[in-house]
Amino acid sequence: MSLMNTPSSSGRFGDFGGRFVPESLMPACLELEEVFNQAWNDPEFLGEYHRILREYGGRPTPVTRLGRLSSHLGVEVLIKREDLAHTGSHKINNVIGQALLTKRMGKKRMIAETGAGQHGVATATAAALLGLECVVYMGEVDVKRQALNVFRMKLLGADVIPVSSGSRTLKDAINEAMREWVTSVESTHYCIGSVMGPHPYPYMVRQFQRIIGDEAYEQTRVMLDGEVPDYVVACVGGGSNAAGTFAGFIDSRSRLIGVEPEGGAAINNGIPGIVHGMRSNLLQDDVGQVLEAHSISAGLDYPGVGPEHSYLSSIGRAEYVTACDQEVLEALQLVSRLEGIIPALEPAHAMAWLIREAGKKIPAGSTVLVTMSGRGDKDAETVAEILGGGI
Amino acid sequence: MPNLSLEASLTQSRDSGKKLLVPYVTGGLGDWVEIVHAVIDAGADAVEVGIPFSDPIMDGPTIQEASQRAIEGGATPTGILSEIKKADFGVPIAVMTYYNIVYHAGHQRFASTLSDCGISGSIIPDLQLDEAREWIAQADSSGIDNVLLAAPSTPTQRIKALVDATRGFIYGVGLMGVTGERASLSSSSTEVARVLKAHTTKPVLIGVGVSNPSQAEEVVRIADGAIVGSALVRRMLEGQGPSGAYAFISELRKAIDSLKP
Ligand SMILES: Cc1ncc(COP(=O)(O)O)c(C=O)c1O
Repeated sequence: MSLMNTPSSSGRFGDFGGRFVPESLMPACLELEEVFNQAWNDPEFLGEYHRILREYGGRPTPVTRLGRLSSHLGVEVLIKREDLAHTGSHKINNVIGQALLTKRMGKKRMIAETGAGQHGVATATAAALLGLECVVYMGEVDVKRQALNVFRMKLLGADVIPVSSGSRTLKDAINEAMREWVTSVESTHYCIGSVMGPHPYPYMVRQFQRIIGDEAYEQTRVMLDGEVPDYVVACVGGGSNAAGTFAGFIDSRSRLIGVEPEGGAAINNGIPGIVHGMRSNLLQDDVGQVLEAHSISAGLDYPGVGPEHSYLSSIGRAEYVTACDQEVLEALQLVSRLEGIIPALEPAHAMAWLIREAGKKIPAGSTVLVTMSGRGDKDAETVAEILGGGI
Repeated sequence: MPNLSLEASLTQSRDSGKKLLVPYVTGGLGDWVEIVHAVIDAGADAVEVGIPFSDPIMDGPTIQEASQRAIEGGATPTGILSEIKKADFGVPIAVMTYYNIVYHAGHQRFASTLSDCGISGSIIPDLQLDEAREWIAQADSSGIDNVLLAAPSTPTQRIKALVDATRGFIYGVGLMGVTGERASLSSSSTEVARVLKAHTTKPVLIGVGVSNPSQAEEVVRIADGAIVGSALVRRMLEGQGPSGAYAFISELRKAIDSLKP
């Protein structure tokens, strides 16, 4: 049996996961679980999901061999091009699935949280495509640093609600979306953007994202003459692009590496705790208050992590490492100059680890697949400001 | 130190023909200990003391702000609990917090600390029944009544399980939403109260959205009692102090006592 199978009936991956929500939300969680399980076994639903991702979403996305970076590093680098998916990141895979479920449940409205704005843009896009209303909660700090995405969401017809509580980033946007969901749960689906939250979300979102790993497995086997990559690397915020990527390689010999931001490294620096409906590794103080994460990348600025990653870490199947802001900025520039591909700050974490460890932890001559989870346009302003001079 | 359990104490008062009034006070916020004394003097049957958590997803803006201020002011779970112990309030005290605070301390340690501080109950809104069994067992063995919540969205089958597993009382959530004052009582409040009363002889208290004396009176026509949180905490945030709290709770007391069975 695969290590990334279905969780237990209570939504557990080992000790992690579960359903820590107010009683008011229990019927909605149970309904969603049932509807998702039906849909996931319904050829018609799956046909529609794959058709939209193919005709509209730009799937399958290619795997690209990075020739110049490979020579520079002495390892063979392949990247899975989620930056080429519609809306510019892997987030589209998940939202198409959840928007179809929203319709299947007879609901007319989706709410979402967003950090970098990529999930908000993707949700607004899916809502426009399928004729649903869309409201996106976004921390005030992120509204500022991801202004381009705020504008895109509005163009797509979504309402963007700035959240001014707590750290005013992703964590608080999730709190606010959950509060709003309690109020409107009859008519509204909460479209969570990563492999986090109460059961069935971590499992469901991983299934909607496993298309990344399933495609990449086939593609790399062709490109590597029947072999799988020695290393499979992805950045980890909530962990959806990593979970989706790992799902395709979990039963292979590939070493799975998740890269956390140094200032938001829940697996590396957190301990098990409960927030946002799940038990998982969590950055917290010595009495259990949740700490704020600090990352240059809005999409990784999160003190928790999806429960399946805590599980994969606990059994040693995946390894979690960190990258700091400075090396991320350098990686972003190096990949841009050598390959003509501007990564988003999030996958630049995965590239940063690769660049740092090539020829060290990663033996020379290894093959490495990195998931390029999104493109860098949204971060141009942030990066320009840090590098000096602005745009 | 109260020697009756939360449930025994509330049941006894209810059975004597009294309607129950349970105010919520954010622990660690300003002169909260004096506020608790004041609401007891004004006739509270029990008091819910909040142990603030950084991410209170069941709370609206008022209690969010109170929690944040308290945490920034240095409030800690053990600090609040030891103040409760020291104050020895004389009516049952239930702590209201979020599950990570309990989980972080450890079930056994948290339960024995509560018991050591003379606390009678726990209310953990993000710990619904399916995840609560272990904590309930631990709380039971330490003499702590863990109160479960029931919502307007809860189906009948589950109501039965909730009223069976709850201790102390059953907390009926008055509306689909988070804590906070509302201009009028939601019709779901009386509906939830009616459903719960039909399924249990344990005390039925309604909270969330009960904001003033007339709303409290309206809800206790069916429920055994009312829980009032944000309306009191707002007064704390405004600096109305113990005298303001006393005046407000006295009005609530008068309103619900005016209802004769
Ligand atoms: C491009 C990109 N990659 C990664 C992430 C992080 O999310 P996850 O860890 O769920 O893949 C985000 C989140 O906004 C993103 O925009």
